[in-house]
Parts: sequence; C-alpha cells; structure tokens
Amino acid sequence: MSVRRLAPPELQPKDFAFTKTNAEWAKQQTEKYPAGRQQSAVIPLLWKAQEQHRGWLPEAAIRHVAEFLGMAQIRVLEIATFYTMFNLEPVGEFHVQLCGTTPCRLRGADELEKVCKKRIGEQGHVTKDGKFSWVEVECLGACVNAPMAQINYDYYEDLNAESFGEILDGLAEGKKVKPGPQIDRQLSAPVGGPSTLTDPALYAGAKK
Amino acid sequence: MLADKDRIFRNLYGVRDPGLKGARARGAWDDTKAILAKGRDGIVNEVKASGLRGRGGAGFPTGLKWSFMPKQSDGRPHYLVVNADESEPGTCKDREIMRNDPHLLVEGCLIAGFAMGANAGYIYVRGEFIREREALQAAIDEAYDAKLLGKNAAGSGWDFDLYVHHGAGAYICGEETALLESLEGKKGQPRLKPPFPANVGLYGCPTTVNNVESIAAVPEIMRRGAAWFAAIGRPNNTGTKLFCISGHVEKPCNVEEAMGIPLRELVEKHAGGVRGGWDNLLAVIPGGSSMPLIPAGATGCDDLLMDFDGCAKHKSALGTAAVIVMDKSTDIVRAMTRISYFYKHESCGQCTPCREGMGWMWRVLTRMSEGRAQKKEIDMLFEVTKQIEGHTICAFGDGAAWPVQGLLRHFRPEIERRIDEYTARSSSLDARDPVPQAAE
Repeated sequence: MSVRRLAPPELQPKDFAFTKTNAEWAKQQTEKYPAGRQQSAVIPLLWKAQEQHRGWLPEAAIRHVAEFLGMAQIRVLEIATFYTMFNLEPVGEFHVQLCGTTPCRLRGADELEKVCKKRIGEQGHVTKDGKFSWVEVECLGACVNAPMAQINYDYYEDLNAESFGEILDGLAEGKKVKPGPQIDRQLSAPVGGPSTLTDPALYAGAKK
Repeated sequence: MLADKDRIFRNLYGVRDPGLKGARARGAWDDTKAILAKGRDGIVNEVKASGLRGRGGAGFPTGLKWSFMPKQSDGRPHYLVVNADESEPGTCKDREIMRNDPHLLVEGCLIAGFAMGANAGYIYVRGEFIREREALQAAIDEAYDAKLLGKNAAGSGWDFDLYVHHGAGAYICGEETALLESLEGKKGQPRLKPPFPANVGLYGCPTTVNNVESIAAVPEIMRRGAAWFAAIGRPNNTGTKLFCISGHVEKPCNVEEAMGIPLRELVEKHAGGVRGGWDNLLAVIPGGSSMPLIPAGATGCDDLLMDFDGCAKHKSALGTAAVIVMDKSTDIVRAMTRISYFYKHESCGQCTPCREGMGWMWRVLTRMSEGRAQKKEIDMLFEVTKQIEGHTICAFGDGAAWPVQGLLRHFRPEIERRIDEYTARSSSLDARDPVPQAAE
C-alpha cells in the first residue's frame, strides 16, 4: 500500500468545473454503462479532470466529479487516493514516470534514475521553470523494451543515460521527440529483425 | 520451432496495417457469421476441445470457464469482461495485441460474448496504456462502422456492444474480482468467492472475465478447428503462446511459440541467447514476477519445458509466460527485494497478512541484501511467507510469497554468505548485531 494524501490547502484551488467540451465528453462516458451505474465512469472522469488541471487532481475536482456522478464525496476521494495515476500534488509540464521494477533494473534503470536526480531533483519535486517532475513507478508493461519511462502519454523505450538525456533536452526545448524504442528496432521484435513471421506466403494477398 | 503458418498473431510487431482492412487481409472477420451459426454449445465445445487454457496467469481452461455461465438468462443480463490490465512485471504481450492486431481481440469478444449469452462486453485496459487504448477504440469504431458490432453484429442476428474502460495504475485490478469492483467505480479490492463471477459478477450479473490473449486466440481456433490447436504443444498444454523474454539476453523480444518449447531453445533461437552464453545464466523467472525463480543447471533451467506442467515440475508456474532472465552478474537478493517492494507498493490493503506482511518481507529482504541480518531470520522469513500464502482473499498474497520462497529455496547460501561477510566486517568495527525493526 502506498499512503497518499491531498496537497496542502495553500496549493488547492478554490473551484473546479469541467470545461463545456469536457462536460459533454463526461456525459458520453456515463452512457457506456447501464442506467443507474454511472459511478462506473468515475476513473475516466477523474482522469479527464486531472488532464484539465495541468496534470494533477485538486480537492475541488474530486468534489466536482462526485457531484457530476451523484456520488458521496468520500467515495470519490477513496478512488483518487487508491489509484496511483492520480497525482495529488502539482507535477511538471512533462511528468516522467520511470519504471523501476526488476526487469527494467536488470537492464540499467539505475542509470536513468541518476539522470532524473541530476536533471530534475528528488522525486515529486517540480523544477523551477515548471517543466519537469519525476517519480519512480512500478512495472509499466514494456519489459522487453527495458529500461523505459513514460513521459505524459507516451512510452520511451530501450533507453540509456544518453538517449534519455537527449529526450529530456528535446522536450525542454519544445522539440518533437519520437516515442517508442530509441534504438534501431521494430517495437518488440528482436534487434536486427524478427526471427519469426518471415514467411511471405503468410501475407500473400495482403497489402503492407 | 513453430511454423509461421501456425502463428495466430501475424502482426505482432506492428509492421503491417493494424486496421480493419489489414486485419481482414490476414484472415480476421472472415465469415464470423458462420462461426456464430455453430451456436453457443458448438463454440464452447470447440474451445473446450482445443484445450485452450487461460493466458492471464492461472491457466484455467477457457471453454470450461465459459460453460459456467447460466444457459438461460434469469432476467439479468450477462457480461463479458476482458482483462487488459496487464501489469505483472515481465509481461508485455497484451499490449502488442491491442496496438498491433486489435481486431483479433474485437472479433474474439463477439464470439466469446455470443458463446456466453452476453450482449455487452467491457475491455478493462490498464491506465498507463493510453496509446493502446486509443488503438483499441479505433478498431472498435471501425468494427461498428462495418456493422461487425452493435445490432445484428456481423449479420449473425446477435446484438453485441463492446466498450473500452480503463484503470488508473493499480496492479491488483488484474485480479478478476478487483477488476469488477474497479469497473463498478470503486477501489479495486478483491471480493470473496463464492459467489463466483459466473453467478454474481459485474453489477451483480453473470460475468466471465478472460485475458486478452485467450480471447484473441479464439477466432483462429474456431476457423482452423480445435484439432489444429490441440496438435501444437503437449497434452494438457496445447497451442501457441506469446512469450516475453526480458532481462539479460542479447535481444529481448516478444515471440509466439509452441507451448512446451525448451527454455534454452526459446532464449537462443529468438532472443539471441543469454548474455555471455548459456553457462553465464544464474536463474530465470519463468512466468512473471509472481512465480518462483528456477536456477540454472542440470536440475533447473537446462531441462525446463515452457508450459504449465514443465514449470510445475520445477516448483514454479508458467504464469503469463514472461521469462525474466538473470545472468551471473545479477545481485539476486537485490533483484528479488525489488520484486518484494513491488508487492508492498501494490497490496490493496484489505487483508492483514498481505498489507502488513508485504512491508515486513521487503524490510527484512532489504537488510538481507546487505547482509545486515541474523541467520535465524531466514527461517523466520520463510515462515512468514507461509503465513501469508493462502491466508488472503485473493491470490496476490500467494503471488508475493512465492518469489521469496523461490529465493530462499535456491539461494540460501548466498544470503548466508552476505550475513557472514557483514558480521565479519561489523565485528571488526565493534558494531552491534542488527536489531530486527518493528513494523511501520
């Protein structure tokens, strides 16, 4: 279990409300579930609220979602503190989630951790310019492309200290960086080309 | 080695079009109506005959699971729920299906949903898989546009709606009842069984939860016949399987292979072999971090066959077939301590043995990895794993206890060596014996 608390009062905004677009989107989400089961949409809605609020979830947003779904506030607070993808404190414009579980550790996540500490600082700390923050997370499910990190929505895989540094540089300068494997490799295929799926007959009649 | 023509996941690496057109060219959605025309029993019996066992870790026979659903609805709707909360360390196979060949899953959902009398299905994708979720949603939208989902899906006369739902970073939601709780908009804390989901599942209705890979394999099994699938692998361990080979190999990768392939062949044919050669192998975790490790050597990895029975023979399990390879440079105690930390972090907190035990095991292992422990604590640690195993609502407690048991079973001398070294060092510095720390 991880103990998670809301951000201190001085950081909490007074109000939160979905924008018109997001409110419409939220309404649509609730329609996926049978009548009377709108509570099911609570995770997607909190996620949207976090997205709208620069990547973190203030108390006002938790109250707003509770009201939107007709749920008790405590139930939504429970959800927000239980699920670790809800950031309860401010994060940087680029929030780095570094995978630190064993398969990534075996392939050099320690080096990436050093890069994070050097460039960003301690976990949970936001850089002065507001651009970066980082946190070590549990397995992100890209183990054959280890070590890796998720930055906002994208996975950056097959990293080393150098390529990871370049990605952070690129993001800092506002450049477009390419997600996925950072070495010459087709997604999760072995380096140097697949050992399987090479029979052309398999795709006879299929267009690439 | 499995022939290319016998592979189910023909766009595993995303080289080709993952969309409907590409999927159709690879054979998906080919006369799905005819498959559904075989009827509920026809489909369930075919899947049973194929010997397909769940690909999510527990290996429960898929067809048998489907047959537990009530034959007649008592007025409550039936639900299909697909477990795409792939979070077991080492495992990264469902991700490839969702982003590179999502139509296999979507078509599988229609067939499985029909076979269990469900008119609606939910796919629960882990929160971090944002791009994968988008890819899957795009495939579902395409399927709706082509009238393959929705009313009279694929012209079969059966109505089927399919929705993508997502989590927000909780490993425990991969446990089927925790997943259902989460899908209902609650904290992901597992439910007591019975009642089983087939009777009381999502929203209190009959529900079956299946892994992505199990469902995605079904259309191919229905097209090529149970006999084809059952002829691959060994009895009780049939078919093909996606293996994820990570860790200290030359070329980590995902690959589809026949069940029962020897570990050495798997690693050397597809992953370029162990770093520094086969003799440099220390141990493997054969099926995701919950499974006990198997050490190198003649009685360990050398004759390990990668299927359910093959791994069980070595007191481990196939799990999700995520092979984590560790060579001799690995600090094995530290590696397993990190896995222990994972379970401490991911425990849902519901059952005391798990909530308290995970932190306890992690703290003791942390000290042991430095040697800062007493030898009697090794037995104590083993005893604690036995106190956790089987004493919790869900299998998470077992899954966290097993890797520690595996470590103690095979690497006890290594822990003792560290303790001796530390003691020798600290007595020369006149330091005191380490004192066990109280729980948090």
